[in-house]
Amino acid sequence: MPGKMNVMVGEKSPGMIAGRIIVYTLSILAAVYFLIPFFVMVMTSVKTLEDIKSGNLISWPREFTLDAWIKAWDSACTGINCEGVKGYFFNSILMVVPSVAISTIIGAVNGYVFSKWRFKGSEVLFTFLLLGCFIPFQIILLPMSGMLGWLKISQTIFGLALVHIIYGLSFTSLFFRNYYVAIPDEIIKAAKIDGAGFFRIFWKCILPVSAPIFMVVIIWQTTQIWNDFLFGVAFSGSESQPVTVALNNIVNTTTGVKEYNVDMAAALIAGLPTLLVYIISGKYFLRGLTAGAVKG
Amino acid sequence: MASLTITDIRKKFGSQEVLKGISLSINASEFVVLVGPSGCGKSTLLNLIAGLETINSGEIKIGDDVVNDVQPKDRNIAMVFQSYALYPNMNVEKNLSFGLETRKVPRDEIKKTVDHVANMLQISELLKRKPAELSGGQRQRVAMGRALARDPAIFLFDEPLSNLDAKLRVDMRTEIKMLHQRIKTTIVYVTHDQIEAMTLADRIAIMKDGVIQQFDTPQQVYDNPSNLFVAGFIGSPSMNFIPCTVIKQNEDTGVIFKTGEETSFFIPIKRTDLSLTEWIDKDVIIGVRPEQIASGFHLQEGNKQIHEIMCTVQVLEPTGPDTLVFVNINDTKVTCRVNPLDAKQPGENMKLMVDISKVLVFDPDTKMRIGNVA
Amino acid sequence: MGKETSKANDKKLRNIKFRNRLGNLIPKIMIAPTFTVSLVCVYGFILWTIWISFTSSKILPKYDFVGFEQYNILFTQEPRWWVASLNLFIFSGLFIAICIALGLTLAIFIDQRLRGEGVFRTIYLYPMALSFIVTGTAWRWIMNPSLGLERLVQQLGFSDFTFRLLVESNVAIYAVVIAAVWQSTGFMFALFIAGLRGIDNSIIKAAQIDGASLKKIYLRIIIPSLRPVFLSAVIILLHLSIKCFDLVMALTSGGPGYSTDMPATFMYAFAFNRGRLAFGAASAVIMFITVMAIIIPYLYTELKGTRNAR
Ligand SMILES: Nc1ncnc2c1ncn2[C@@H]1O[C@H](COP(=O)(O)OP(=O)(O)O)[C@@H](O)[C@H]1O
Ligand SMILES: [Mg+2]
Repeated sequence: MPGKMNVMVGEKSPGMIAGRIIVYTLSILAAVYFLIPFFVMVMTSVKTLEDIKSGNLISWPREFTLDAWIKAWDSACTGINCEGVKGYFFNSILMVVPSVAISTIIGAVNGYVFSKWRFKGSEVLFTFLLLGCFIPFQIILLPMSGMLGWLKISQTIFGLALVHIIYGLSFTSLFFRNYYVAIPDEIIKAAKIDGAGFFRIFWKCILPVSAPIFMVVIIWQTTQIWNDFLFGVAFSGSESQPVTVALNNIVNTTTGVKEYNVDMAAALIAGLPTLLVYIISGKYFLRGLTAGAVKG
Repeated sequence: MASLTITDIRKKFGSQEVLKGISLSINASEFVVLVGPSGCGKSTLLNLIAGLETINSGEIKIGDDVVNDVQPKDRNIAMVFQSYALYPNMNVEKNLSFGLETRKVPRDEIKKTVDHVANMLQISELLKRKPAELSGGQRQRVAMGRALARDPAIFLFDEPLSNLDAKLRVDMRTEIKMLHQRIKTTIVYVTHDQIEAMTLADRIAIMKDGVIQQFDTPQQVYDNPSNLFVAGFIGSPSMNFIPCTVIKQNEDTGVIFKTGEETSFFIPIKRTDLSLTEWIDKDVIIGVRPEQIASGFHLQEGNKQIHEIMCTVQVLEPTGPDTLVFVNINDTKVTCRVNPLDAKQPGENMKLMVDISKVLVFDPDTKMRIGNVA
Repeated sequence: MGKETSKANDKKLRNIKFRNRLGNLIPKIMIAPTFTVSLVCVYGFILWTIWISFTSSKILPKYDFVGFEQYNILFTQEPRWWVASLNLFIFSGLFIAICIALGLTLAIFIDQRLRGEGVFRTIYLYPMALSFIVTGTAWRWIMNPSLGLERLVQQLGFSDFTFRLLVESNVAIYAVVIAAVWQSTGFMFALFIAGLRGIDNSIIKAAQIDGASLKKIYLRIIIPSLRPVFLSAVIILLHLSIKCFDLVMALTSGGPGYSTDMPATFMYAFAFNRGRLAFGAASAVIMFITVMAIIIPYLYTELKGTRNAR
């Protein structure tokens, strides 16, 4: 981006200094507002139940304990099972890894075709594919559950991963296409004259410059699929639930005492992976968000 | 090196016909420049020759082989692009050798070729660098090197110098010409810059709206343009087009140059190669190059080809060796190229001499030249 | 030329043509699986759902045809659908307005070249990385009627303070708005800051030279030129609202009663929990039509715009 914005509250007059102080104050207040729920979650998760009942949301724990975390991981009840979220956490991993990998790879090839190997009707085809980015998934829930049953993979992690692959393809294709469109066509022409074909050009000329978009797509897909709830709740069985569904079950389990500290620990466990991804590679996360946003 | 024969090529993008029946016959070792305004279809034609797009009808022959259905890689051509199209992820050496590797040329041979080409283009020190680490001129050399390494039968250049700054462009122009004199490979070179076309070409093909307007040597194209478009496109500053009506005065046919409210001059046009008797009382367009309305001709007794006129100077543009003087003739702005010492100031009257020996006459309706078109 | 060589040439030519055709097929072959999947699992499934919505299917699909009966029930006999629709209306209106207002304000603040811009950015945006289920769980606790915010404020000395959004059915939808706004404002902030940074500097410099005040520059020049960003923002948020399912499930499970039901949860409840396939399908079709009515005109202008730009 050439040069930064030049409008600012200047530093000269006292009025402007005051303005700047106000801007800082409000920005910091906003930051506090965004951080408080997280802070509350962490505080609550390390308190004992008595502590919670006697203190308040932001009161410092009188006694610091990881019991809630251990319980959330190991023995909290999700409905009838009382084995914590650990199994479901691994379910999520088992679901996310293959579905992200496959939808990303197919998306890359699709994007390559839609940008660099256009043929008659390919633009129409691309628009046709785009619809998948926008539909409310309620419209496909029923037939999809029918199809999973027909394929004998309903209520399996495999089936769930398949659903995520299918409905992720539109997005990944879109992302890759928009990235590859910016690569000059002339490079492809030069490579064709140099004797390279479809796969060789992809492998030697396109993939080596694709690292950023792979980051964006992988992060986008990972957060989308990890955070999904709708497909998880609609298509998984009690053994194959992803962690979001398990978390919701823990929170909604009505038997026994309500253990808010365990709820919060479970929520943190479910949220940490994507939070970590975000903190490590926020740049790519942001790019995916805004790129996906333009068309979705 | 190979000849290239193009016969009645047509190309459509959707409903828009971009090339409307192009025919060119290019000899082996010839340097042909394809020139025309942007958007006229030059790149498209080059892409068709390269096989990067498919033709709708017509025939392309390289040497004796019809190559309509042959893949780009099997046409034995190499291409240099305006954007250079270097592979950004490969260093210079890899860029040069990629085409050879794809063709499974043995390793030691690749190395020899790359070194040879790098030497020839003076890029040996750059071999390990990535394109992003090169200057524009260096990238341009690498792009040429990539084409040279392949030792093709035909070189295709698509505006290879357009992205360079003015000085570098002139230098590279000379180098390309020297390169051609050395390797003698057939070259088809696309540009929108008529000076580049004039300086480089053995023959120039001038194109407009998907049609070749004229295909001839630079001198012929300059002296004997076949229509208004070519006449105006070639030459800088461009030819002046003065609308006139042909009249007969005494025994002579000629035209009137009106240079002021009350000043007008009869210019008889009498040449062995040009007779306007059929055009009396009709409108024509007179084409005069700036150097043909000048100050320095010797006004010899008996030379019927040079005529004096008096004009009011509007604007002066000194260029160094000459000064361009803008005057009004028949309500048209006319550029004259005069000796700086002779130039008068704006508002003053100035005596100019019109050399009609090379004046061209065009039909305003058909835009074609009148007279013996060479 | 001898007959032999011409025959050989013929064969060579045919060979070349065959290989060319094969080469041209590769891109299509690569697209084919995605195309097929999209055809079946998007288009086919949509058609199937539409079809089912015209039947009387209960737990199992039944391929009879009852016309618009399900839609008739949906719109005339099912108060819960109206609650869900009204909720969607309230929710999306507030959600969009607040998110955009807050997001734009924050973007303008951060655009003043604050120190620690990166830190602010990271903090504003992190909720977007969380699942709505996590967000819902957190806010459900924060808004807990006895131990949450109410208790906190009371302990700060305001003993009369009450905060019972989650348990009062006529206002519970506002609780959903609060949590949704918390999660999505950062997104809007990111969109607007990108928009602000994309504005041509020279326009602003020209305005400054003309002596326009900062406020005026923002109101008259910068914000109007963000129009496309506003449009995208509204579309995105609207889209999010209609799809809103997880947050409601985690925060209120649609309750108290069905007071915070939204079309997405409504559809799920009827189709999956109550075994009324056709009825659920009808509500899904209505959702689908609503989204398409918003997205298609938007996409149309977007795509036309990019095509012209190229
Ligand atoms: N792939 C394409 N699809 C559609 N139209 C094209 C394509 N390539 C070129 N054109 C059109 O063909 C015309 C000629 O383009 P081009 O050959 O690139 O012109 P030039 O190289 O002379 O500037 C232009 O009007 C251009 O818009
Ligand atoms: Mg061109």
